[in-house]
Amino acid sequence: MTMTDAPIVRKHDAALAMFARKRLFAGAVPVVVLAYFVYVFFAFDVPGLAERARMDNAAILVADSYSYKTHVTRDNRTGGITAAVEGSAKGRYPEGMSPEWVAMSGEDSARVDLPGDHEVLIDGDTMRYDVPGYGLVTATANRRGIELTLPTDETPDWISASNARVNITTDAGRVTVTKARTEVMRYAFGWELFWFTLDSPFYGKSFGELTELALWGDRVEPGQSNLAAIVGDVWNNQMWRHKDVLWALFETLLMAFLGTMGAAMVALPVAFLAARNFTPLIVVRQAFRRMFDLLRGVDALIWTIVLSRAFGPGPLTGSLAILLTDTGSFGKMFSEALENVDPREIEGVQSTGAKPLQRYRFGVIPQITPILLSQVLYYLESNTRSATIIGAITGGGIGLLLTQAIITQQDWEKVSYYIVLIVLLVVFMDWVSGTIRRRLIRAGDDG
Amino acid sequence: MIDLAAGQTGKRHVENVQAAYMEMTRRKRLYGAAMLAVFVALMVSGFRLADDRSAGSFANGISNIFDFPGEVLREAGEKITLLPALMVKFFPSLLETINIAAASTLLGAMAAIVLSLLATRGLARWPRLIAVVRRLLDLLRAIPEIVIALVLIFILGGGPVPAMIAIALHTVGALGKLFSEVNENASLKPLDGLQSVGASWTQRMWLGVIPQVAPNYLSYALLRFEINIRASAILGFVGSGGIGYDLKNAFSWGQGRYDEVAAIFLLLFGTIVLFDQLSSHYRNKLTGKA
Repeated sequence: MTMTDAPIVRKHDAALAMFARKRLFAGAVPVVVLAYFVYVFFAFDVPGLAERARMDNAAILVADSYSYKTHVTRDNRTGGITAAVEGSAKGRYPEGMSPEWVAMSGEDSARVDLPGDHEVLIDGDTMRYDVPGYGLVTATANRRGIELTLPTDETPDWISASNARVNITTDAGRVTVTKARTEVMRYAFGWELFWFTLDSPFYGKSFGELTELALWGDRVEPGQSNLAAIVGDVWNNQMWRHKDVLWALFETLLMAFLGTMGAAMVALPVAFLAARNFTPLIVVRQAFRRMFDLLRGVDALIWTIVLSRAFGPGPLTGSLAILLTDTGSFGKMFSEALENVDPREIEGVQSTGAKPLQRYRFGVIPQITPILLSQVLYYLESNTRSATIIGAITGGGIGLLLTQAIITQQDWEKVSYYIVLIVLLVVFMDWVSGTIRRRLIRAGDDG
Repeated sequence: MIDLAAGQTGKRHVENVQAAYMEMTRRKRLYGAAMLAVFVALMVSGFRLADDRSAGSFANGISNIFDFPGEVLREAGEKITLLPALMVKFFPSLLETINIAAASTLLGAMAAIVLSLLATRGLARWPRLIAVVRRLLDLLRAIPEIVIALVLIFILGGGPVPAMIAIALHTVGALGKLFSEVNENASLKPLDGLQSVGASWTQRMWLGVIPQVAPNYLSYALLRFEINIRASAILGFVGSGGIGYDLKNAFSWGQGRYDEVAAIFLLLFGTIVLFDQLSSHYRNKLTGKA
C-alpha cells in the first residue's frame, strides 16, 4: 500500500463505520418504540380494560344517537295511560293525541303495536305481550309484586324477572313492569321533535306544507305571521332547546375570540420589550421573556382553575384563561418576528424625519402584520376547540352542555347533536382562518 | 414652445398621480379606521356580553382574583415541609400524564406518516383517495379531544386509555396535515431511482421519502408532544387518569388540601416548562441542521 492510498482507506473505513452506526440506529429505534409500547400496554392496564369495558353502554350509545324511543306508560298506582317521546314530560302527547300505533280503548287499556307483529295489551294492572314464535307473556302488577306467566317453564335470557321488576327486551321494543308502572318502549329512526314539540300546531307537517303555510296560509296563531310562529316554535323548542344550544355555541366562540384578540392586543406592545433589536437592555428583555414563559408554562388548565374561583362559571373565566396563556405564546412569537424585521425599512422611515412612534407604525408594523395576523387567526381556530374544553372544566358554553348531556347517560342523541355542532363550528373557523390567511399570503407575494 | 407645453402636461400628469395617490391613501386610511372601529365595537360588546352571561362579574372578580392563589400559597406555606413528600406522592400520576402524551404522540405520528403519504399528490398509493384521506384528516383535527375522551370514558371507564385514544386521534389529524405539507417539498428523484430498480410502494416511501423528511417530521412531532402533555393534563381533569385527576380531587376538596393543589401546580408547571425547553432546543437543532 502506498502513501497516497492511506486517506482513501481511512475515508472508506469511516464510511463503513457510519453505515454500521446508521444501520444500528435504524434498527434500534423500532425496538425502543416497541419496548415502550409494551411498557405502556401494562402500565395502562390494557389487558384489564377488556373486563371493564361496557360494550352494552356502547350499544346504547350508538342506538340512541340515531334513534329515539316512545314510551307508553300506565301508572299502576293511580291508573291512566300516557305516551311520551323519550318518556320525558316535555315530549308527552297531549290529551286526545297518541302515536298511530297505540290504540286506546277507554281510560285504562290500550293496544300497542310493535314492529314485526309484536303486540302488547295493557289492561289495567295486567300486561299481555304476544311474542311471535314464543307465545303470550302475561305480567300482573299488584300490591305483593309482579306475577309473571310464561308459555315455557324456563325463563328465556331476554326476559329478566324478579318479584319487583320484569324486563322484556325483544327486537321490536322493550317492556318493563314494576309495581309503580307498566312501560312499553318502541324505537324509531331519527331525532324526534327536533323542529317542533307536540304542543306546536306545526308538529307533523311536511316541509312543503310548512312553506305553504308560511307563504300564503291562514294565520295559525292570531297576531303573529306564520313564519314568525314557525321560527319561534323551533327556536323555543323545549325538548332540544335550540335557543340555549346556539347561545352556548356562541359563548364558546366568544371565549375564543375575546381570549385570542385580547392576548394579541396585550402581547404586541409588550413583545417590543422582549425583542433584541428594540430592547438593548438584557435585564428587561430577559424579564419579559421569562414572564412569557411563565404565562405559557402555567397552562390554560391551571389558569382556568385559578380564575374560576374569582369569576365563577361562564364565558368570562374561559376568555381570561385563554387570554393569559396566549399572551405568553403570542409574546414569544411576536418578539421572534420582531427580531427578524429588516432594519433598513425602519431607517428609511427615520430618514424622512419620523418620530419614534411613527417609526414603529410605518417601519415595523407593516413588516410583521402578515405573520402576526396569520398566527392570530391560527390560534383563533385552535382556541375554539380549547374553549370547548375550558367550558367543560369551568362550566360555560357548549362544553358544559356536552358534559351535562353525557353525565345523564341517556341523552346520546343530544350528545351527537352537540358533537355535530362543535365539529361544524371548528370546521367553519378553520375555513375562515384558512381563507383569510391564504389571502394574506397572496397579498404578501404581490407586494 | 413645444418644450413648455410638454412641461405643462408633465406637471399636470404628476399632479394627477399625486391626487390619485392621496385619494388612495385616504381611502386606505378610511378602511383601516372602519375596520378598527368594527373590531373595537366587537371586542367591547363581546366583553360586555361575556360579563353579563357569567356568574361573577368582571369588576367583582378582578378584586378577588388573588384570593384563591393567596389561600393556596398560605396553606402551602404552612405545610411547606410536606411539599417534597407530596410531590413524590403525585409523581406516578405525573408519569402517567407524560406517558399518555408520549404514547398518543407516537401512535398518532405513526398513523399520520402513513395517512400523510396517502394524502400527498405524487406520492399517494391510490391517487383517487387523496381527497378522501384529506377530509378524514380534517375531520380528525376538528373533533375536540374532550368529545372523544368523554364518550370513551362512558364505554371504557376512567383511566388513561380513553385519553390516550382521544389525543392520538387528534394528533393524527394535526400531524397528518403538517406532514403532508412537508412531503410536498420532498424531491421525487430518489423515488424514480428506486422505482427503476423495482421497489414496491412501501420500499419507495421508506427508503426514498422518509429519509428526506424525517428531521421535519421529528420537529413537528416534538412540538405536538409538548402540546399533548398539556392536553393530557386537561383530560385528566374531566375524568381520565393522570395528574389532572388528582388535581381535580384536591381542588374540589377545597381548603385543607390546598397543599396538594400547590404541589400539583408545581409539578405540572415544571413538567410543561421542562418539555417546552427540551422540545424547542431539539427543534432548533433539527431545523438548523436541515
